[in-house]
Amino acid sequence: MSPDYYLYLSAVLFTIGATGVLVRRNAIVVFMCIELMLNAVNLTLVTFARINGSLDGQIIAFFVMVVAAAEVVVGLAIIMSIFRSRRSASVDDANLLKY
Amino acid sequence: MTAALAAGLAAGHTSTHEAVVFWALAPVAVICALGLVLVRSAVHAAVLLAVVMLSLAAFYTAEAAPFLAVVQVVVYTGAVLMLFLFVLMLIGVDTTDSLVETLRGQRVAAVVVGLGFAVLLVVALAGTLGSFHPKGVAAAQADKGNVVAIAELLFSRYVFAFEATSALLITAGLGAMVLAHRERTTARRTQLERMRERVSVGGAAMAPLPGPGVYADHDAIDTPALLPDGTIAVTSVPEYLEISGARPHVEAIERNLTGSPDGDS
Repeated sequence: MSPDYYLYLSAVLFTIGATGVLVRRNAIVVFMCIELMLNAVNLTLVTFARINGSLDGQIIAFFVMVVAAAEVVVGLAIIMSIFRSRRSASVDDANLLKY
Repeated sequence: MTAALAAGLAAGHTSTHEAVVFWALAPVAVICALGLVLVRSAVHAAVLLAVVMLSLAAFYTAEAAPFLAVVQVVVYTGAVLMLFLFVLMLIGVDTTDSLVETLRGQRVAAVVVGLGFAVLLVVALAGTLGSFHPKGVAAAQADKGNVVAIAELLFSRYVFAFEATSALLITAGLGAMVLAHRERTTARRTQLERMRERVSVGGAAMAPLPGPGVYADHDAIDTPALLPDGTIAVTSVPEYLEISGARPHVEAIERNLTGSPDGDS
């Protein structure tokens, strides 16, 4: 089995995540789709680390995970504060560019 | 996993084991990712995302990255998804997507763009199929093992990025606190004020609500208590049971009280 298949899988997962961001209206589900895209990219990084025989790809994947964790914390706090003022978690309702 | 197999993995050879793991888990990951986009309930989406992330952790193990596999399970499925579920519970689990399209034809356009993007990526990859000869990370690890090798890189070449990470984490923590904090604009009501309010309303229950009834054949909290005249005390059953549609025993006991034949009890 060639490691290419991991790249195919990663491409498919990334596409599904990107389509989900475009299609879904619930802000939390949109956020989950972004996480899916980040995970797909991580799989690519790990696969290329293996193909190139160096650990740098794994380190970058690790940093991606750290940044994703920080991003989730801030993003979910923003979604919560929007929910408090609008009583809705839909991305359509946050349309006035107003806190 | 035997030592020989682990060495083979680190050397970059793809084994039959790996193919089995891949072809077993890749369809699961893709189906769950599709489900994440298609299901209406956000909680179901979170559970499906957990399955995708766990299968990715298995792929990391198969690709000789055990450290990342563990971090994936701990950080993503452990911390990030739990955070998602916490916020879902705070916001309310019944916030499903509305099916109304605000932009006409946006869904169709999004699916077409997604398919086009997938075709683009796959065609670009198809040109390279089989031309990759994985070197494996064994040489980079040099008998130190994955974790030690990553730690050496992290604390030498990437030490600046690693320290910048701490600033990022502190900023994110502070940001979350500032965003989630709500300033109290009115003074906190004291117990005396709340008591006066309750008495002045009139008709409110001064004493605690009656507890649920306990009978020989039921001991659940959905069993209502009986008043002295034999009727059912409605307030003895928690309201949320009615909301969730689970109040079967009220009717059963009402039937018992009116003396109509009621099955085996």
